[in-house]
Amino acid sequence: MSNEALSGREETLDPVVRDRVSRQSGVLPRAKHLLWTLLPPLVFFGLFVGFLYLVSYVFLTPERQFLLPPPHEVVDSGLLNGRNLREQLDALWDTTQVAAIGLAIAFAIGSLLAILMSQAKWIERSLYPYAVIVQVTPILAIVPLIALWFGYDIQARVVVCVLISVFPIITNTLFGLLTVDSNLHDLLTLHRAGRLKRLFKLQLPNAVPGIFIGLRVSAGLSVIGAIVGEFFFRQGTPGLGRLLDLYRARLQSDLLMSTLLFCCLLGIAVFTIVGFVGRMLTRSWFEESGR
Amino acid sequence: MNAHVETAALHGRTPDPGEEVLAFRGAGKVFPDGTEAVRDVSFSLRRGEFLSVVGPSGCGKSTLLRMASGLGPHTSGEVVRHVDNLGYVFQDATLLPWRTVRRNVELLAELEGLSRDERRAVAQEAISLVGLSGFENHYPKALSGGMRMRVSLARSLTTKPPLFLFDEPFGALDEITRGTLNEELMRLFDSEQFGAIFITHSINEAVYLASRVLVMSPRPGWIVAGFDVPFPYPRSPELRFDPAFAQLAGEVSQALRKSHQ
Repeated sequence: MSNEALSGREETLDPVVRDRVSRQSGVLPRAKHLLWTLLPPLVFFGLFVGFLYLVSYVFLTPERQFLLPPPHEVVDSGLLNGRNLREQLDALWDTTQVAAIGLAIAFAIGSLLAILMSQAKWIERSLYPYAVIVQVTPILAIVPLIALWFGYDIQARVVVCVLISVFPIITNTLFGLLTVDSNLHDLLTLHRAGRLKRLFKLQLPNAVPGIFIGLRVSAGLSVIGAIVGEFFFRQGTPGLGRLLDLYRARLQSDLLMSTLLFCCLLGIAVFTIVGFVGRMLTRSWFEESGR
Repeated sequence: MNAHVETAALHGRTPDPGEEVLAFRGAGKVFPDGTEAVRDVSFSLRRGEFLSVVGPSGCGKSTLLRMASGLGPHTSGEVVRHVDNLGYVFQDATLLPWRTVRRNVELLAELEGLSRDERRAVAQEAISLVGLSGFENHYPKALSGGMRMRVSLARSLTTKPPLFLFDEPFGALDEITRGTLNEELMRLFDSEQFGAIFITHSINEAVYLASRVLVMSPRPGWIVAGFDVPFPYPRSPELRFDPAFAQLAGEVSQALRKSHQ
């Protein structure tokens, strides 16, 4: 899962960087630090663009250049042409809505299921296998059923989103709910606290960091779901997925690539926003253990 | 409340100093897997009495406290507790990391359904009792181990329990912090006059705090010796250098060593 890889890498870098910042105070080191964070990916970006030009102009014969148009043409027709840009932005908005609705529903269903499962071992045992089944079944295999039940419109795409992104929310929330210090449970037992008090005063707050880890993975997945869903369900306004398919059919690889860029941007944006909200909510108290 | 622990009727009133708060009568505990943890323990604890229990690791000291609180009921004999309201202080501070010091201390009052203002008041009083005024809005992660333990103490003080159970609360702290907290606990005991069972590895700590010291044998734990500690409260830290103190600590140490053989 590419999103997990991304989050893992981000987290291994972060504390080191923070540490370095806290040790060297002042403006100059901070600027230097910023440079060192930005420079490597920028250099890599430059090399990558250079490679694209190399392939486009040197390796490909002119009649085959449409396979990999040079980057400036992608920018030119994909981002600077008003009509094309408009088309892609509309699609981006549509996909964003589907992903957001899907993620919201997955969050509601996932956390409720996790709360249910946390209440008794037998509930967890009864429900968990089905959560796993939902996770491991290829979406492609359920497409006909979804089509039958929900039609080919936006509902079907939202369902795909939910199915694809619900599992990480369930597991991470459940983990948070079940890893409360047993002494704290004892303390609440001594003071005759019932299930609700346990849930609201201990388990849910304890689960918040986990919920956001799950949400961050799910956020990326919901974008994937929203785009993939469109390859199957094509009614209603077109989103990024349908646009990709359209440009592929027309062999417009420049637009194909610029749309791909929007897909990435959406994924990164959703991932970053969820991560940011999570950090804001827990940074006052949450302690990541050191490495 | 656990059905296995008989809570004797006191008509809802708190026992006065000198009255019995807890009694073990031949109480024992065998875990479901057949391990016998505690065997035939008998003692009585009155309000204003401080009972230290020392013993080797794994001898069932913590099990004894769980039996006393009803969290881990006994399987034989009798445990009679005359109070509902007891303070339990764990090995770790066991705080809620997402709550500030004040909100942590308010937790029990919150569970008991006190109003916001009442909670504030009891929490403030307890916080100043343990010397943490000024740290109300700190999160646990910003506190040292000793300060976290003070928060934990403050939290249990809010309900003014006539019975306190301490499960090696200062075991993880450095010697200096431990000494300071010993004196503070001594001061609290002297003013609140609760009944206390204090589990510890440290003979020095046990004798310094207690009015009576019980020595437990290795598993299955039973009481091999009991010592009355005659020094009057409040005790000063200098007591630890008193020859009489050293003599008593030596006797406890000897009893402990004998229990190993």
